[in-house]
Amino acid sequence: MIENMKTEKDLDQAGKDKKALEIIKLSIKNNIRQYTMFIALIGIMIIFSMLSNVFLTPRNLSTLFLQTAHIAILACGVVLVIVSGNIDLSIGAVVGLTGAVAAILQARYGLGIAPAILITLIVGAVIGLWQGYWVAYKNVPAFIVTLAGMMICNGLLLGVTRGETTATSSTFNKIGQSYLPTLFVESTPRDMIPHDTTIIIMLVVIAAYLFFEFRNRKERISYGFDVLPKTFFFLKLALVIGLIATVFIIMALYLGLPYSILILMVIGGLYTFITTKTTFGRHVYAIGGNREAAKLSGINIKNRILMIFVSSGILGAIGGIIFTARVGSAAASAGQSMELDVIAAAIIGGTSTLGGEGTIIGAIIGALVMATLNNGMLLLDVGTTQRLIVRGLVLLAAVWIDISSRKKNN
Amino acid sequence: MSNYILEMKDIVKEFPGVRALDSVCLNIKAGEIHALVGENGAGKSTLMKVLSGVYPYGSYEGEIIIDGKPQKFSNTKESESAGIGIIYQELTLVKQMNICENIFLGNEFNSHGIIDWNKAMRETKRLLEMVGLNDSPDTKIVNLGIGKQQLVEIAKSISKNVKLLILDEPTAALNENDSENLLNIIRRFKREGISCIYISHKLKEVKAIADRITVIRDGKTIETFDNDASVSQDRIITGMVGREITQLFPRKVHTPGETLMKVKNWTVYNPEVPDKKLIDDVSFEARKGEILGLAGLMGAGRTELMMSLFGAYGEKISGEVEIEDKTVKIKEPRDAIKNGLCYLSEDRKKNGLVLMMDIKENITLASLKQIAGIKGINENEEIKVANNYVKALKIKTPSLEQKARNLSGGNQQKVVISKWLMASPKILVLDEPTRGIDVGAKNEIYNIINDLVDQGVSIIIISSELPEILGISDRILVMHEGKFTAELDWQEANQEKIMHFATGGGH
Repeated sequence: MIENMKTEKDLDQAGKDKKALEIIKLSIKNNIRQYTMFIALIGIMIIFSMLSNVFLTPRNLSTLFLQTAHIAILACGVVLVIVSGNIDLSIGAVVGLTGAVAAILQARYGLGIAPAILITLIVGAVIGLWQGYWVAYKNVPAFIVTLAGMMICNGLLLGVTRGETTATSSTFNKIGQSYLPTLFVESTPRDMIPHDTTIIIMLVVIAAYLFFEFRNRKERISYGFDVLPKTFFFLKLALVIGLIATVFIIMALYLGLPYSILILMVIGGLYTFITTKTTFGRHVYAIGGNREAAKLSGINIKNRILMIFVSSGILGAIGGIIFTARVGSAAASAGQSMELDVIAAAIIGGTSTLGGEGTIIGAIIGALVMATLNNGMLLLDVGTTQRLIVRGLVLLAAVWIDISSRKKNN
Repeated sequence: MSNYILEMKDIVKEFPGVRALDSVCLNIKAGEIHALVGENGAGKSTLMKVLSGVYPYGSYEGEIIIDGKPQKFSNTKESESAGIGIIYQELTLVKQMNICENIFLGNEFNSHGIIDWNKAMRETKRLLEMVGLNDSPDTKIVNLGIGKQQLVEIAKSISKNVKLLILDEPTAALNENDSENLLNIIRRFKREGISCIYISHKLKEVKAIADRITVIRDGKTIETFDNDASVSQDRIITGMVGREITQLFPRKVHTPGETLMKVKNWTVYNPEVPDKKLIDDVSFEARKGEILGLAGLMGAGRTELMMSLFGAYGEKISGEVEIEDKTVKIKEPRDAIKNGLCYLSEDRKKNGLVLMMDIKENITLASLKQIAGIKGINENEEIKVANNYVKALKIKTPSLEQKARNLSGGNQQKVVISKWLMASPKILVLDEPTRGIDVGAKNEIYNIINDLVDQGVSIIIISSELPEILGISDRILVMHEGKFTAELDWQEANQEKIMHFATGGGH
């Protein structure tokens, strides 16, 4: 009798484990591209850390994050654009123009930082409205509209800067260059005392993460759905917390969390929410996945496309502000061909050029991959020629792997 | 024996799970016009694809003999050089090129890769005269009407010394004048010794032009007979539909309630042929708790009628729609959905599903508002709702996260049906809901339809399968060339009657 019960319980347990494994398998299958890119990123980092002893220092990694911030932010916006089956070639020009607007409003017209930023964001939104209008309501292909937009913005940029370089104030430059202030304990890069604000933010992020995970689990249980068995659940929590902690501690050991990375985290979070949890996000994927089916399902395609371009314009303005602040000045040549880095980041991160597929976190990882390659090769004194060639080949390889894995899956 | 220019013997062609052609025989005499008739999906087009080499030798069984010589075509080029020219329903001209370039596309007069345009132009002029077209050879195709484009296609065929010309529904998109013109050209070719296989749903034309007629039904040759004065259109129809209905349908007696949708004087023009009416002044009603069947042959305008009502098709639309006694303006599908009119497309992969999305995302796509609040989409609610449909409609899948592309046809169709059920329609239009679906799933879909009717939904079903439309409709409207030619109660309807009206026969 007791024996019987025991075997039954074992069987039950075995069944549960099997189910859990299936959940994990499916989740891996559906997110395989992000995982591959993430593993590739770790792999690249390991290789560089073996080749150069500077690479893995908090100082270098912090700089690396800082250099990636604007590209990663812009990539969040372009994911929506590409997923919907469109393209935005004007990103670099918008970054240049809005950056110049922000600088000139302060330098020439004496506006404060906050109003200058606000007006810059509005300029970005208006550019997005303009381009979105032509794509959505006039059916001009996005390739053409944004190519024209690139030329127009470049022209306007030359006009507003009058070909001169405009320096920005050191307070403004903090957005792109500086780190959050410490709250209690002074820390320097050398003393290895972790930056306290960064640690506090880390703890808040981890607490928020735990809160959402536990709430989700509770809700799923209240709906009577399967959840991961406790062991797997805690394993997952530990992995994610470990990851969050690593990123934050690296920065805490140097000068702390830069403002631009904080902005990236907020925008990354917001866009992840938009793409995964909102009706708007779902519509974007449906439009890119099957425009006809989306239309016949009652989705307002025109409005959605318009909003996508407005989002891209606003993010362009944010990118412009951060980039200008990091460089410390606005020049007529700013932002040139930046769109290519941004698009490459999104595509390396698993965004399908055919539309319908792509994730925000993937695009951020994609931006990190490109930046890491650049940074690592710089440390190894690899010339610009070779760096450009390697980055081109990596883009080609990433898309090729994507296409061939897709074929296998079908 | 050898007075046949073409003999096709015991042709068998199988697709996975379907025997599309089952020992089909077809003999064409030299210099005759031979009509090939049958319902939608009877196998006419498949047979022609076997003949023209689209399905290469080896992918079918049976024998093709031309002028007494067995042929083994492995592509269309080989059938062309044997003198077979085929003109499909969908024209295959390059619209941006001119007539001359199109006629010699892939067949250019050239020496060492350099084209002799003078020769090509002269030759084109001669060919155009043969088909009675006086446009200049350098006219671009975009500037020609459909009727003239068809003549260019024919000229292109003749340029390859065609002996047997196959025309698949050549007059489907043509107006009366152009149709008459085309028939005259075919007759002239006949005098010049070119044989012709003429495929058409328009039995009046068939009667007018054919020397002999072969009837195909369900992939089999039913009969071949001379088209003399004693043969009536109804005689042909008997051959086309004379099957016994063996499949059982879950017939349920419904009691229709009040009128839900009233369509008055609905007219729609063809977006590609601006002077052709696709739907011509049509009026009808759909009632609560009733299945309204729309019967008709391909190109009759059933899909166009429903898609235009749904706000997804057509140009220069006029007419009025009332839903629950209120006049509604439907400009886009979302207006229709808001008013309780939903449309399940005949092409589920192209118009129904987002294949890279999973089951639950496809089911909720048209009704996301129901599960989304201020905190975004409630994924748990989404799973719950989707799971209810998966259970109710018996969708076979290991998980709700399964991508739609990995499902079988029947299960895909059930996912699309679920999407529309979730939108809680008052009127649900089902366009070919069981096409390409196995028998078991078909029956389940019929049961779902009956359940919906019991819940008071008005169902409009478009189907090209006569047994299906007879088996489940309460009332049947028959369409022909954009007009209703008959309204039949299910008890008085039968295959012969429907086909009579669907081919343009009068009362």
